[in-house]
Amino acid sequence: MTILNDIIQGILLGGLFALFACGLSLMFGVMDVINLAHGDVAVAGVYLAVVLIPASHIPALWIFVLVVPAFMIGGYLVQRYLLQPSLDSGAITTLLVTFGLSIVLENVLLEVFTANSYSLNVGSLVSSSWQVSSQISVPYLDLVILGVAIVVLVALQLFLVRTRTGRLVRAVADDREAAELVGANYRHLFAVAAALAFGTVAFAGLALGAYTQVSPTAGPTYLLYGFEAVVIGGLGSLWGTLAGGLVLGVATTLGSQVDPNLGSMLPHLVFLFVLAVRPRGFFPKRAVT
Amino acid sequence: MSDLALRPERVAAEPVFVVSRSRRPASWAGVLGIVLVVLLAVMPYVVYQSLTSTLVNFFILVTIATMWNALAGYAGLVSVGQQAYIGVGAYAVLIAAQHGIEPFVAIFIAVGVSVVLAYPVSFLVLRLAGAYFAVATWVLAVVAYLLVLRYPSLGGGTGAPLPGLGNIGATLLGAYTYWAALAVAVLAIVAVYLLLRSRLGLVLTAVRDNEVGARSIGSRVTGAKRMVYMLAAGGCAGAGAMIAISQLNVQPGNVFNVQWTAYMIFAVLIGGLGTIEGPIVGSIVFIVLQQTLAQYNAWYLIILGAVAMAIAIWARRGLWGTLVSKVPIHLFPVGYYVHAEPGVTERRGLARLLFGPARRAKRHPTAPTPSGPTPSGR
Repeated sequence: MTILNDIIQGILLGGLFALFACGLSLMFGVMDVINLAHGDVAVAGVYLAVVLIPASHIPALWIFVLVVPAFMIGGYLVQRYLLQPSLDSGAITTLLVTFGLSIVLENVLLEVFTANSYSLNVGSLVSSSWQVSSQISVPYLDLVILGVAIVVLVALQLFLVRTRTGRLVRAVADDREAAELVGANYRHLFAVAAALAFGTVAFAGLALGAYTQVSPTAGPTYLLYGFEAVVIGGLGSLWGTLAGGLVLGVATTLGSQVDPNLGSMLPHLVFLFVLAVRPRGFFPKRAVT
Repeated sequence: MSDLALRPERVAAEPVFVVSRSRRPASWAGVLGIVLVVLLAVMPYVVYQSLTSTLVNFFILVTIATMWNALAGYAGLVSVGQQAYIGVGAYAVLIAAQHGIEPFVAIFIAVGVSVVLAYPVSFLVLRLAGAYFAVATWVLAVVAYLLVLRYPSLGGGTGAPLPGLGNIGATLLGAYTYWAALAVAVLAIVAVYLLLRSRLGLVLTAVRDNEVGARSIGSRVTGAKRMVYMLAAGGCAGAGAMIAISQLNVQPGNVFNVQWTAYMIFAVLIGGLGTIEGPIVGSIVFIVLQQTLAQYNAWYLIILGAVAMAIAIWARRGLWGTLVSKVPIHLFPVGYYVHAEPGVTERRGLARLLFGPARRAKRHPTAPTPSGPTPSGR
């Protein structure tokens, strides 16, 4: 019965990982960029919220109405003025630039906010949980985070499939030259994809801040979880990404049953195993769908 | 009557094409290098220990930057996980010292263990490219860190002091540490230099310039990459061993920190990716800025990161590469130059047998100007 409980907790945690992963998956799928600063951007979201909550008097649960749009604008600008030039300058440049961004962001946060960790106080949501049976209890917060992850994934999917801009983003992802021939401005569309990715990572950061204490150096850990979810699920498949996140979440909670160290290590080992046997993941797709 | 009119056939003769390692004699650079190393080696006798300990950090940085440059600059492998081998090196020294082995001797063990460990790992990571390789190496470093935490004898999360050096006086220990760090850095540079001058170096230079092209003409690209990956593992382990010895303490959060990889990447990008001199130049800039801005905490790192990003995007050659594009100086001649020697003509017949194929004529104002040198590598 505790195993069942662990699996349920793991699935709920997987929602958080999937939230981290979907932005990475989108940017990787559309413009072949892995943003190594992804985790640090999420952490920056927490710190922005920490600053904005007392200033705006918006409760922590609703602060995303400010943080997410701010990050979408930031993502558009970062892609347009930092990542696009590096994409133009060579294959490994984007890796180096996003890694540099990660280190710079982390150290700026350390300088401004010191090494203290912060969390977002989302009120009664943290403490209360839904008692399913004597052994299984589901915290409402975890349920909300998983719900947000699913809503974000569905919204992304609908945007990419149903809207004109979304179809253009998929077109440049599939074949940039052909899309350009029919008039698509790929630089703008890449930046739109980056804006969406930064929006989702803002959600991920806020969810993380509500879930646990966040310190400026927490970013890389969640970048790795996010990337692992993308690889396990298969590149470019948003639903595969969700599945990958859930696998990692379950690995974390099952490993934690043995000891906390194994809880941190097991998802990485699962990832390395998948990399060794199925480098393309379990649900590979050629393009974003 | 001029020489030209009397013997026109000399001017018309085919110029001799000479293949050399550099366009002009580079042995002065070798002499300069040896003088510099000797000067650096006597430093502990003439300067204060605060300067030598800064130089120890500089040597460690030069070592890891040189290794990362071999990985990314030549083999095209952007590793974000070299801190794994820094940690392995530091812990190898710690474990050896705990078993009574002299820590300075244990540097060799650290390098050996790391190279052996890198061999099986290379089969997992070298199948991957680009971002997959970068993140996989990073994940391996995290796994290595988490593994170390599981062993209480290694001090867990807080780390452990390095035993075995207590009976050496502080001044002498400082000097020994300095010489060991200098030796590790010099060996790292020499190893990369010799690797690049070997047959493998040709493959690596080809990979740096165009990997698909190199593969298509039948170069054993994966084998060359494996060599570089193992060399970089050994070099980073040497640096890790020096970190353990210079700090007399091994902390997992320090030796496995991704900041080390940031240091090497920033130093290489600023100095110049894909040149041997670049990492050294970048390390000098790094250490100078770090020392100058020491009272402003991590701002030096933020500035270096921003500069490195700008250089990666807009000035790919870095400081050294930009300098070389203006003034062709190569301290480490690893490429080949094919050039027509001005005024050298081919000897024929008996003269060729007696004096060799090339004849250097007297300089003549109307002698045909040779075509410029064709660099086949930097």
